[in-house]
Amino acid sequence: MQRAANVRDNLQAREGGTIEKGSKAWYPYSKYLIVGIMFGIVFVKAEVISWFRIQEMFRLQSFHMYGIIGSAIMTAMISVFLIKKFQIKTLDGEPIKISPKKFNKGQIYGGLIFGLGWAMTGACPGPLFAQIGTGATVIVVTLCSAIAGTWVYGRLREKLPH
Amino acid sequence: MIALLKEPWPWYIAGPLIGLTVPILLLIGNKSFGISSSLRHICASCIPADIPFFKYDWKKEVWNLFFVLGIFLGGAIAVRLFPNEAPVTVNPKLMQELAGYGINDYSNLVPMDLMNWSSLFTVKGVILMVVGGFFVGFGTRYAGGCTSGHAIMGLSNLQWPSLIATISFMIGGFAMANLILPFILSL
Repeated sequence: MQRAANVRDNLQAREGGTIEKGSKAWYPYSKYLIVGIMFGIVFVKAEVISWFRIQEMFRLQSFHMYGIIGSAIMTAMISVFLIKKFQIKTLDGEPIKISPKKFNKGQIYGGLIFGLGWAMTGACPGPLFAQIGTGATVIVVTLCSAIAGTWVYGRLREKLPH
Repeated sequence: MIALLKEPWPWYIAGPLIGLTVPILLLIGNKSFGISSSLRHICASCIPADIPFFKYDWKKEVWNLFFVLGIFLGGAIAVRLFPNEAPVTVNPKLMQELAGYGINDYSNLVPMDLMNWSSLFTVKGVILMVVGGFFVGFGTRYAGGCTSGHAIMGLSNLQWPSLIATISFMIGGFAMANLILPFILSL
């Protein structure tokens, strides 16, 4: 159903012909699909999505994951610094905007809960998608459970301490 | 080159490539790197149930769903075109510990001894996959991000709330792996 609706939207967008309508189609998003594919390949090749690697990390038995996360942060930090310093614009010429993160207690409570889940499943949300891609079909259950967890958070949000 | 494609990549290649995702997403579309938001967009698009947290224009965030679809495809492409030929090699101490729980199969990136369709009918399997998955989804949204949104994007933008979130992730992970997981694995 959903797919049929998307196809219809695409057709309408193409028939519409104007650039504005065209932007509703899928192809402007293909660049994100490609970045995602590269990212997924790195996840597999560096064993980032391995449950065993996550167990090693949380037992301080290997430098591998710390090296990956640490050097990823350093690379990203230098890039963001350069983007801000030279006021680099996007390819479309827009000024780059990064919204600041506001502190609330959720970062502690939610962070601890996610940490527990991370060591159980051996995966954060990104690796779940890649694990399913590698053929571990049962991880669909883990992913659905994560979607359910997100939904329950949305449902209970007002009652939780923030 | 071919050899490099068949071997697991070292941290100093993988880490910078993952980090480069941040400027790439900013440059190609002014998007902030983050993955757990995709779970929220899935809720908002499929099961909003009139909950205010899911009432927003998720179609504006559709790029994020394409990004995670790409991660899925990337996983599929990597195992088919250039798989890591040898099983994951981990610290012998970990292998010894896990062998004590009957975990010996390192052929896959997920532990086949723990995570397969029939283990869904065991207490251990339900706790690890269903409860664990729930914690991942609930916790990341409560924290407002995961390893990508907080640890990589947030820290690279020098956001101190992201540092607090990252420290909390690690405390939770250490507590689970060292104190609680031994009980779950011996069930």
